[in-house]
Amino acid sequence: MDIFARKAFRRRCIEAPRGTHGACHGRPLARACAAAALLCLLAATGAAAAERAKLPRTSDGQPDLQGYWTNNTVVPLQRPAAYAGRAELSEDEARARVAKALEPTEAEAGTDADVHYQLTDYGLDITQRKLNIDRRTALITDPPDGRLPAPRPEAAAQAKERADFARAHAFDGPETRPLGERCLVWPHQGPPIMPTGYNSNLEIRQAPGFVVIITEMLPDPRVVPLDNRPHIPSGVKQWLGDSRGHWDGDTLVIETTNYSGRTQVPGTPQGLLLTPAARVVERIDRTGPDTLRYRFTVEDPNLWDRPWSAEYPLTRIDGMRFEYACQEGNYGMTNTLSGARVADRAAADKGAAR
Amino acid sequence: MHAARARTAARLWLAVAATFALGAGAAGAQPAPKAIVAKRTAAGKPDISGVWEALSAAYWNLEDHAATFGPVAALGAQGAVPPGIGVVKGQIPYLPAALAQRDENYKNRLAADPEVKCYLPGVPRATYMPQPFQILQTDTDIVIAYQYASGLRTIFMKEHSEAPVDSWMGWSNGRWEGDVLVVDVTGQIGQSWLDRAGNYATASLHVVERYIPQGPDHIWYEATLEDPAVFSRPWTISLPLYRHVEPNAQLLEFKCEEFAEEVLYGHLRKKGIPPPVH
Repeated sequence: MDIFARKAFRRRCIEAPRGTHGACHGRPLARACAAAALLCLLAATGAAAAERAKLPRTSDGQPDLQGYWTNNTVVPLQRPAAYAGRAELSEDEARARVAKALEPTEAEAGTDADVHYQLTDYGLDITQRKLNIDRRTALITDPPDGRLPAPRPEAAAQAKERADFARAHAFDGPETRPLGERCLVWPHQGPPIMPTGYNSNLEIRQAPGFVVIITEMLPDPRVVPLDNRPHIPSGVKQWLGDSRGHWDGDTLVIETTNYSGRTQVPGTPQGLLLTPAARVVERIDRTGPDTLRYRFTVEDPNLWDRPWSAEYPLTRIDGMRFEYACQEGNYGMTNTLSGARVADRAAADKGAAR
Repeated sequence: MHAARARTAARLWLAVAATFALGAGAAGAQPAPKAIVAKRTAAGKPDISGVWEALSAAYWNLEDHAATFGPVAALGAQGAVPPGIGVVKGQIPYLPAALAQRDENYKNRLAADPEVKCYLPGVPRATYMPQPFQILQTDTDIVIAYQYASGLRTIFMKEHSEAPVDSWMGWSNGRWEGDVLVVDVTGQIGQSWLDRAGNYATASLHVVERYIPQGPDHIWYEATLEDPAVFSRPWTISLPLYRHVEPNAQLLEFKCEEFAEEVLYGHLRKKGIPPPVH
């Protein structure tokens, strides 16, 4: 199958009815996918590697990773206890997991979710985008048990302190609201970029000497130079860190440092903020015309005694990417704090009446 | 889609024609400089990639202005307005009601300027904010990343289409007219200002930008603004952009949302909780 036939095939495969989308890799798997019109595996095969040489390149010779991609997935970061010792689900189990994730959920009355707008109708939630079907039980590939390493005791203690403070002061003012609500950083922006509940999309653009990565939410353009220049001085810390890239063969490798000490990787214990000593390495490569593989390794000697790594597929979507203007429409912050002040007054009145 | 493209192309052509017709009549307007191309892309187009910045007092006021008091007395001389010769020749041709609104904006600028709230600046204001931006030329399109508020625009060079929805940074269709990058910008949300002096436009604003290369380290920038809701005729701003020539120049982060929190939400803070001290 040549590259274009593969592409056409893949389109048929991926554009299966909602909930049965698959990211296919390699011919045998592709055939299985066609036969079952269902699930495909993550691992790239030798056939994919051979085709990689034929994949398109930009005018300056970079492998072309450009386009709109989704990392929508139902695979959790860490392997749930129920699947301990199992790296993959059976096809039936994987299908059931997807079906369950796509079931409409009824928000419990009186909860935040109950008063939040409906993300299926008003946001690109998990049901609105292609799902990268993936039989794995965890995104984490290392440690091999699919679990985060235990944080260092002092880091864990500090994280708990922060989490307790955040709970106790959740509604004091804008500064104690989560970073995403403040439109500062959507934690899933990374790096490392993590799948998120809605708008789990990103765009990659390449210009001579640069790669630009834009997560739809929030869309800070991360401009990554590829010319081996040094990182910015350690005195300049940034929310998204400072990224430097290079090509290792056909794999884009991006190293990020200069973290602010105010962000954390989603899925890690609350309050476990990456420190300025953190270093994150992302690796992105093609696994097919409409699929990329995104791998990353996080190391932060202040948080963990060892690095940890994870991986997920990116599937091409048609786009476009809409402008996610967060700050400009942040009624949520006003409403949340106004509500909290109403609650304060009600509590004070109740106290006075007693 | 073809019809939409044709309409966009027609609008672009008309706007360019209008620029020439009206530009020539504007008081004292200089003809646009000729393109001087130092470097070309693989596709043979002028290479205007790099980190650029305007060096101008236009971000305070597009029109001629002498140095004056800033809106915050506590900032003393640091907060004063530096003087500037206008980047628009003469005055902006407001309709009478719009001029009154501009003056009202000026009076309320501390509360009403979207920049104070860390909102995306729109086009053309993004170009002459006092912070750098980076032009990246991909094989198909042009991306501009702005340091201020992590702003972003894609200039679609091949697939022109109409704005699917209004947005803060608008919808940009670009093309090379000889060695000049001409960008047609529509679909702006209409709440952006043009500077800190209250100059503004509405959602019917149509901007035609021209990036005219001037050798390796300069670009001449022009933007013609047409908005029948507020202006009596199209008018043009014109200013140079300078390359950041320092080695390894790059955009840094100016994520200003937190700097605006006290202004936007301070009144909703819990009683007895003071704003954080910085």
